[in-house]
Amino acid sequence: MEAAIAAQGLRKRFGSFDAVQGIDLVVKHGEVLGFLGPNGAGKSTTMRMITGFLAPTAGSVRICGTDMLADPLKAKEHMGYLPEGAPCYPDMTVAEFLGFIGAVRGFSGAERARRVDAAVERTNLQGVYHQPIETLSKGFKRRVGLAQAILHDPPVLIMDEPTDGLDPNQKHQVRELIRTMAKDKAIVLSTHILEEVEAVCTRAVIINRGTIVFDGTPQALDAKAPASVIRNRLDHVFRTLTTADTESRR
Amino acid sequence: MSRLAPIVRREFTAYFNTPLAAVFLVMFLFLTGIFTFNVGQLYERGQADLRPFFDFNPWLFLFLVPAISMRLWAEERRIGTIELVTTLPISIRDLVVGKWLAAWAFACVALALTVPIWLTVEYLGEPDRGAILAGYVGSALMAGAFLAIGSALSAVTKNQVVAFVLCAVVCFLLLMAGYPVVLDFLGGWASPGVAEAVASVSLLTHFEPMERGVIDLRDVLFFAAVVAAFLWLNILLIEWKKAD
Repeated sequence: MEAAIAAQGLRKRFGSFDAVQGIDLVVKHGEVLGFLGPNGAGKSTTMRMITGFLAPTAGSVRICGTDMLADPLKAKEHMGYLPEGAPCYPDMTVAEFLGFIGAVRGFSGAERARRVDAAVERTNLQGVYHQPIETLSKGFKRRVGLAQAILHDPPVLIMDEPTDGLDPNQKHQVRELIRTMAKDKAIVLSTHILEEVEAVCTRAVIINRGTIVFDGTPQALDAKAPASVIRNRLDHVFRTLTTADTESRR
Repeated sequence: MSRLAPIVRREFTAYFNTPLAAVFLVMFLFLTGIFTFNVGQLYERGQADLRPFFDFNPWLFLFLVPAISMRLWAEERRIGTIELVTTLPISIRDLVVGKWLAAWAFACVALALTVPIWLTVEYLGEPDRGAILAGYVGSALMAGAFLAIGSALSAVTKNQVVAFVLCAVVCFLLLMAGYPVVLDFLGGWASPGVAEAVASVSLLTHFEPMERGVIDLRDVLFFAAVVAAFLWLNILLIEWKKAD
């Protein structure tokens, strides 16, 4: 079976700044990949190249076997994407917004209604279904963004900081949702919260200064911390991996 | 093409989700009335035609059309939804054309609401209906050209006010290029060829025959070319500068 996401030699240069300097990443169906790194490490840039929002300076991206650069529309059909901050149209109601996304994704009539209902149910949006998005709380807005991303039941789901800014209950809900979808999908999510990786991810990738510095299971990440460290072991490893590099360059 | 319909529908209803549509329509009809009856002296002229109405139309559009087009892309940039729509399985061409069609449909609604002025001259006399229809076609084409310019310029900024001003300035220059003041000024020193070239890029030069009731295919093609050129520029601007 073709890998869900296959990124090869991804590079992105903004002017004289190398934001991403050669990233290879293969994600299989059933994997939940936690994408970690300090701010400015190139997480969002990498995700934006994988989702086709940014054109890479070099390298290629294939989504379920379709090349993003050669056939972007087909590649995007396989993919649901929650951009950073979950942008939605504030003047639309949840119903209108999800209906619009469904229509753009090519669903109509009863099929569209069924898919919108299913996405609303999965993200618990029934209570605010007819409310304008601008009147919703941050947690609800994030869930509208999630509903939009899973509406077409995509085999590939990419989420940029899905739990950022949510309260502990809302974080828990989003993680539960991710876990229920994890079985057959390839999921990539970026986060700053290391416990999240232990809680939902089957694989962790840490990038720093545009290159991958760790790729393995959360358990392997944990094992890298010396036995003397008892609390916040992942934080310890994260700091070691992402700051040692900085200092050695200076 | 099926992907175009939801874009047009969303953008068109977006105008009515905010007070913008109501404010625009009231302003447009109010100013149209003043220009046609007070400034243009429709009654005093004693002629059953809509020349005063169409004469002022381009100048009204100059300030009102940028208000319709300014939000098209600037707003997507400001709230970040540009990242959402450009990662959906829809081409940038469809997005650009869909947004423009929605804005144009809205402008045509505004124009359609001026029909009572037509009915007034029908009541007062026997106007040349063909000429009036031609005038409406010209006005609609003018609005379409302004909107394409405004849409493209709205793609360069996330600030709607900047988008408004840029559009008004470019449209103003394109209108003025055909005005007698400019042409007389050019005629004084430039070669006739230059003056003619400047006049030929003016939207006004191509609008006036239609205002008088003459629909020349070349004029229609000129407006179509302006729309196509600016929408093409719009597509390029989004493709190059999506993430900025």
